[in-house]
Amino acid sequence: MIPAEFDYTAPDTLDAVFAALADGGEDAKLLAGGHSLLPLMKLRLAFPSLLVDLRRVPGLSGVTRSNGDFRIGAMTPHAVLEHTGELGLVARVAGTIADPQVRHRGTIGGSLAHGDPASDLPAAMLVTEARMTLRSAGGAERTVAADDLFVDYLTTAVGEGEVMTEVAVPALDGWGFGYAKFNRRAEDWAMVAACAVVQAQDGVCRDVRVGLTNMASRPLRAEAVEDALRGQPLEADAIARAAELAAEGTDPPGDLNATPDYKRHLARVMTRRALAEAAGTEPGR
Amino acid sequence: MSGASDSNGQPWVGRRLRRKEDPPLITGRGRYTDDHSLPGMLFAAIVRSPEAHARVVSIDASAAKQRPGVHAVLTGEDLRLESPLPCAWVPPGVEMNVPDHWPLARGEVNHVGDPVAVVVGQDRYAVVDAAEDVFVEYDPLPVVVDPQEALRDGAPLVHEQFGTNRVHRWSLGADDVEQVLERSDVVIERRIVNHRTSGAPIEPRAVLADYRSGELTVTTSTQVPHFVRLFLALMLGMSEERIRVIAPDVGGGFGAKLQMYGEEALCAAVARHLNRPVKWVETRSEHMMVSHHGRDQVATVRMGATRDGRLTGVHIQLVADLGAYLMLLTPLIPTLGAFVMTGCYEWESARVDITGVFTNKVATDAIRGAGRPEATHMLEVTMDQLAAELGLDPLELRRRNFIPKERFPAETALGMVYDSGDYHGTLARLLEHIDPAEVRREAEGLRARGVYRGIGFSTYTEICGLAPSRIAGPAGVGVQAGLWESALVRVHVSGAVTVYSGTSPHGQGLDTSFAQIVADRLGISPQQVEVMHGDTATGPQGLGTYGSRSLSVGGEAIVKATERVIDKARRIVAHRLEAAPEDVELREGRFSIAGSPDRGMTLAEIAGEAYVVDNMPAGFEPGLEATAFYDPENFVFPFGAHAAVVDVDVETGKVDVVRYVAVDDCGPAINPMLIDGQVHGGIAHAIGQALYERIHYDDEGQLVTGTFVDYALPSAAELPSFETDRTETPSTTTSMGVKGVGEAGTIAASPAVVNAVVDALRPLGIEFLNMPLSPQRVWEAVQQAQEGVRA
Ligand SMILES: Cc1cc2nc3c(=O)[nH]c(=O)nc-3n(C[C@H](O)[C@H](O)[C@H](O)COP(=O)(O)OP(=O)(O)OC[C@H]3O[C@@H](n4cnc5c(N)ncnc54)[C@H](O)[C@@H]3O)c2cc1C
Repeated sequence: MIPAEFDYTAPDTLDAVFAALADGGEDAKLLAGGHSLLPLMKLRLAFPSLLVDLRRVPGLSGVTRSNGDFRIGAMTPHAVLEHTGELGLVARVAGTIADPQVRHRGTIGGSLAHGDPASDLPAAMLVTEARMTLRSAGGAERTVAADDLFVDYLTTAVGEGEVMTEVAVPALDGWGFGYAKFNRRAEDWAMVAACAVVQAQDGVCRDVRVGLTNMASRPLRAEAVEDALRGQPLEADAIARAAELAAEGTDPPGDLNATPDYKRHLARVMTRRALAEAAGTEPGR
Repeated sequence: MSGASDSNGQPWVGRRLRRKEDPPLITGRGRYTDDHSLPGMLFAAIVRSPEAHARVVSIDASAAKQRPGVHAVLTGEDLRLESPLPCAWVPPGVEMNVPDHWPLARGEVNHVGDPVAVVVGQDRYAVVDAAEDVFVEYDPLPVVVDPQEALRDGAPLVHEQFGTNRVHRWSLGADDVEQVLERSDVVIERRIVNHRTSGAPIEPRAVLADYRSGELTVTTSTQVPHFVRLFLALMLGMSEERIRVIAPDVGGGFGAKLQMYGEEALCAAVARHLNRPVKWVETRSEHMMVSHHGRDQVATVRMGATRDGRLTGVHIQLVADLGAYLMLLTPLIPTLGAFVMTGCYEWESARVDITGVFTNKVATDAIRGAGRPEATHMLEVTMDQLAAELGLDPLELRRRNFIPKERFPAETALGMVYDSGDYHGTLARLLEHIDPAEVRREAEGLRARGVYRGIGFSTYTEICGLAPSRIAGPAGVGVQAGLWESALVRVHVSGAVTVYSGTSPHGQGLDTSFAQIVADRLGISPQQVEVMHGDTATGPQGLGTYGSRSLSVGGEAIVKATERVIDKARRIVAHRLEAAPEDVELREGRFSIAGSPDRGMTLAEIAGEAYVVDNMPAGFEPGLEATAFYDPENFVFPFGAHAAVVDVDVETGKVDVVRYVAVDDCGPAINPMLIDGQVHGGIAHAIGQALYERIHYDDEGQLVTGTFVDYALPSAAELPSFETDRTETPSTTTSMGVKGVGEAGTIAASPAVVNAVVDALRPLGIEFLNMPLSPQRVWEAVQQAQEGVRA
């Protein structure tokens, strides 16, 4: 519970952040809300020599709408997302993260850059087909699609020396959304979770996207479910039939609380519930 | 007492008074051990074994010693202790294998976290880094984790020298129990597993030791400062009066701090060795790993009855996993449970056979309830199983067998003498709050939606108020101590009062309830009564807070001391007002003369006389204070009836406690709000065990649940709003009629929850489940039941 020795700096500008990262070398780490990184350091599973805190860099926090996107600053805490109802699925998902303390410290950028497949926001990024802006020294900037961001367990496309500055989440106006998270305690990470967005026309599913949390070493889209439901009536039976396919292509890690089989079963149940909530056939729990 | 004490003339006792001790605690002004610092203080970090069982081949501390700010690295041989850590239970006539247990391992480690070295230095962070530079070579030995495995021939031995992993055997009850069962119409047998848990107080342990000029002061987060002082004296070879132990504000104990821990002796020994104050603060991970655990018993319960539901016999064979060492009360815990294994019921015959076992895990010892939650759990779960077997309503089976209230004091089939009880009364009161038939109707409606609702009960009695020395002490049960309590009541010259108690409250609210008791008797306000405890240098010898003893034993000592003060006050008043002492009585805050209420004196006036001594006769002994020791004649036996309503989502296996109703009887209430608080916490603790919490070791003896991410302590979000009520049946043992309530909720609640889940799932054909009822376990049971139906 006591981390190894490290240095700390909190620069005022992004350029100074890049400089600090460059000076710090490969053992330098960005610090956002600290709610993933600090626990790892305290358990002595991570040993950064330098923490470069983003909290003083201006312009990294807040939500604005421009054209068809919500532009979310990387340092925006979960609590702000939770209370920005227009964000739809993202607000719904953010409200289930841990407890109010964690939601006030933890940030969307930290959550996405960390790449924990049990975290809630990554699957929502897949489903909304969000894009992340990554900047690096000398004004360099690139945009990564959510599907390319999540590589493996605690591994993302964010490179050394890169800072995620913004997340662009397409506003799925008129889409229904739902989230079903299964955990033992309210503040726990998901054992399994499913998020869904549905576009309906005359009671028929025009389009649908389903994301799965903690069903592999990275978040997944449940494509078999999507394919099965697209074009079908948004009714309980069709939803249930489609949800049965949720475990296809998944590779859930077993742990103390759940065997892979149990997780596959949960994925089907959670997918059905998320879809039903999105389609309005069942209230969200 | 007719101590009418405030402007309304209402006694303080019985009121929902807010806790006096809270303002500093909730405004961050509490002083916990880690808030204490001394000039020149050093910090300790402990090097712990990553192996569950190994010989220590070598320890290389050279790199650590070279780190900046490191003063010393010490190992087992360096400490020069006179004796190992104590086990205070030596049952007469019982053979027990007791291994040496040193604060730092000597040659062998026996569980993950067993300490092998201590690093002491200037900076609390740097010593942790330095500890990683101590290189220990281990030669791994075979590991045994499961207690039943450990008893098999050829199992790896935790302590080679005993030739067995069996610690001891201990039995209570009749020899004829199996014959009685044989003659019974119905006999059922269940294997009830009560898994390992952690006490998990919010404040982990912490120790600050200061040795100067031959005097040792140890500030430690403990429930038992006086015990710690005694054992420090023995271990360090010091005379007891040279040692002062202070338990300052203590952030919860739950039994995990009813212990003499190695780190307490270690810090003291190192402080003496280096002649510098030394502080050690346990991390949460260390707490989960090395502060003693609780429970971990597997019981085979055989229970018999006649066809019409009269209980005949109960035979419990219990294997208790004691871990790698015997700590303060380790082997006694299952025995404490044994005393109430007959519950609220009449039996022809009962017997408990306990086998203690060594495994390569941390020691078990007292965790809230200490043996009684296990006893109640196995009994109350099996009662429901028997009711199902007989086709009887589980409450009807209980009613047919309750000890009737006319029979008290009642001797049980296991030889305990229950002081008082009215089991029908608490159950009837419970059913005023909750109607099982209505819950069943709701359940019908919910099932169509995949929600299975069930209701479960637990009618319990427990044993607390530790303890009559005559029964519990060396010649009786075998605890190597008297278990009385002490108090000193001191009236100051202004009439304000300080009470010193030998108990050591750590969150229970006793500063308030003790003050209420004294205020009524002396005609003052509780605000004028300061309660002091937890410092061996201030009051008389005492024994601490555990076993729901502080009110029924410590409070009685306070009453006794207060009575002595009153006797003297009466004599002073009698002298001053020229009356007979027998005619002086407390009325509306004044000690006045019977029949002429206008003639009287307040406590402040009496104290003035006692200390100024102007008007007193020759030979008068100045002062107004008294000390008393109280050794109870018997234990006290609180009881109650609890009901849980649960919803099981059969698709996922998740259990949700939607209602919880508790009726407890702990005698007359001193402060009903404090009782509610204790009951709430106790129920939360037991729901935690029933559904969430579990200490888990893998087959190699590695602790898997080392943080609060894995060890699922429930929070308010997982719990319903508890509905509580009381009945008040006075104890015949205590003068106030009070019993204890600190552990009652924990003792009662887990079987109610488990019975409710089984009740919910019976329509699926599920008849029995063991804790913890994690979603996966419940889901698997549902799967199996459904496969059974399909097959
Ligand atoms: C008790 C507890 C319970 C939790 N429960 C949940 C839960 O249920 N669901 C859930 O989703 N999460 C949960 N979390 C995690 C929480 O949401 C974290 O806050 C979040 O995952 C990480 O965000 P952060 O801002 O704290 O990042 P930090 O911990 O500061 O950083 C995490 C990682 O991201 C990197 N990083 C941070 N910001 C950037 C950036 N802008 N650009 C590039 N790299 C960056 C850091 O270098 C680090 O490697 C929980 C945390 C705790 C402590």
